Amino acid sequence: MQSGKSIIIENISKHYGSVKALENINFSVDNGEMFGLIGPDGAGKTSLIRILTSLLLPTSGNAIVNGYDIVKDYKKIRKTIGYMPGKFSLYYDLTVEENLNFFATVFGTTIKENYDLIKDIYSQIEPFKDRQAGKLSGGMKQKLALSCAMIHKPDVLFLDEPTTGVDAVSRKEFWLMLKKIKNKGITIFVSTPYMDEAELCDRVALIQDGTILTVDTPVNVVKSFDNPLYSIYSDNIYYLLKDLRALSATKSVFAFGQSVHITFNNGTNIEDVNKYLKDTGHSNSNTKIITPCIEDCFMQLMSVKS
Amino acid sequence: MNIFKGFVIKEFIHIFRDYRTMVILFGIPLVQLLLFGFVIKSEIKDADIAIYDQAKDNHSKRITNKLLSSGYFRLDKDLDNYDGIHQAFREGKVKLVIIFEQNFSEKLEKTGNANVQILADASEPNTANLLVSYSNAILSSYIKDLNSTSKMPYNIITEIRMEYNPELKSVYMFVPGIMALLLMLISAMMTSISITKEKEMGTMEVLLASPIKPFVITAGKVVPYIFLSIINVLIILSISYYVFDVPIKGSLFLLVSVCILFILTALSLGILISTVTNSQQVAMMISLVALMLPSILLSGFIFPIENMPIVLQYLCQLMPPRWFIEIIRNIMLKGVSFSFIWKETCVLFIMMIVFNLLSIKKFKIRLE
Repeated sequence: MQSGKSIIIENISKHYGSVKALENINFSVDNGEMFGLIGPDGAGKTSLIRILTSLLLPTSGNAIVNGYDIVKDYKKIRKTIGYMPGKFSLYYDLTVEENLNFFATVFGTTIKENYDLIKDIYSQIEPFKDRQAGKLSGGMKQKLALSCAMIHKPDVLFLDEPTTGVDAVSRKEFWLMLKKIKNKGITIFVSTPYMDEAELCDRVALIQDGTILTVDTPVNVVKSFDNPLYSIYSDNIYYLLKDLRALSATKSVFAFGQSVHITFNNGTNIEDVNKYLKDTGHSNSNTKIITPCIEDCFMQLMSVKS
Repeated sequence: MNIFKGFVIKEFIHIFRDYRTMVILFGIPLVQLLLFGFVIKSEIKDADIAIYDQAKDNHSKRITNKLLSSGYFRLDKDLDNYDGIHQAFREGKVKLVIIFEQNFSEKLEKTGNANVQILADASEPNTANLLVSYSNAILSSYIKDLNSTSKMPYNIITEIRMEYNPELKSVYMFVPGIMALLLMLISAMMTSISITKEKEMGTMEVLLASPIKPFVITAGKVVPYIFLSIINVLIILSISYYVFDVPIKGSLFLLVSVCILFILTALSLGILISTVTNSQQVAMMISLVALMLPSILLSGFIFPIENMPIVLQYLCQLMPPRWFIEIIRNIMLKGVSFSFIWKETCVLFIMMIVFNLLSIKKFKIRLE
């Protein structure tokens, strides 16, 4: 393995006609790392994962996975990776056990041989092993797909939005499982549109419109947020946003659930802002300083870029 | 090998769990075969015939009465010379002419043998065949009655001539035709659908990202359908043989081998179709329009190729069913050996190889 790197991406671009899905992507993933590719829908996450799993050819650039070239050595790559596509892609008319058995044989192994590896996950769905996969709940489908992707003990595991469409409890469980897999020495490359999941990764790459905004540990990404961040609550978010955008002192502002997250230009007095809000009719508003999360950083990086 | 086995088992599960697949596989052949069979077997009543009775004596008159009172025939013309026969046929109304030789009764009673000639207008071969067998049956029942009351065995020698189409080219055509049609439907359509289904469901993506070889994927898809199609062939052949009395004059082994070759050709076509489309619907449409219709229209199944415009005749040569039907007809009806059909067999074989090479060339090892 080259210099302890599991994945090396060099100047990868991918164009579909005139649409530039990926532009000059450069980063690498260490052995045994849990790496998160974080970005909204349409940012280019799936294209990048498909290129790394040798399913798509890049328009330009090159990448090395597990020491193999993604174009020339695609056959070798396919032997050593595990891949779980974004869409649930198991056989609906096969039972849980038949699916797992099938994927074990495809990779020339058996459930028995690698049972230890998938035990934690598979034991949760094993009571339903005679149920057809199409009749499983979303969370169970996810667990089955993960079991199938891991049954051959891959060196690198690619997961494309594994938690999309899964309930909050199952999402949490899923990430706990990923931690356990990571502890077995498997490199994990996972994409997700959920910013809160970024904090569970060793390192993350934030991606937007086909370009990488930053690559760092979640802690460092948050640290890079240099302005004080305020959260303001009001009864009417719509007018609050509108009024704050009209304020000249505002540097950036966006809705964040039931409140807005806002940064101000240097030298702004927060009391003046509160007074402005009172004057514009937000009598119930509540302003407090908060520590930024990944999503705040993402929004900031995005606005800097544009 | 183990991987391959696993793949084949998985395909069988797909097929057996989806009852619609099973209906298409085994229901359609049965229904179609019986439908075609009975449509063609349907009875004919009051067919117009002409009789040229050169004897006009006891037996000839009694036979004529028996024929006309059977309900199958109606006398259109009483002929008095040979020239009138073709005239009657050409007018188109008369389908059958029965000729009694001179001194019919005398010959029958003295020598025990008398001749009857039956001429049929075989330009409608199915009708001709039916009418001939009706009149034959009536003649033999007359003789049977006669023999039961006499010591001397009587015999009427019938000479049958199929006018205008002596080979009766499209009689029994429906069996080879239906076989071509059904094998095409099941083999090509089902494989192309089952491969495109993997693409649609996204499972092809997982398979591509795995070390499984494209050859194993497609071969694994095809093997179950080979087995099921062979079972179908056997069903069709036994129904034709036992229900419709279609003869199998040639070697059964040769027949089944050619069927397997045709199944492989159709399967290769199915694979080829699946390489050019990603959706089940498109695959089905291509199979129906591009395969089913030509195998009905351009294979000689229903419309004789000889009567087609020359351009269509050349187009027919490109249709695998056209060769298959010819081979099957020759083996089943004429009982020929391999040395007579090796050219047609070669054509099918070459087609299969070409389809496979194209599929291999077109198979995408990636998603685009």
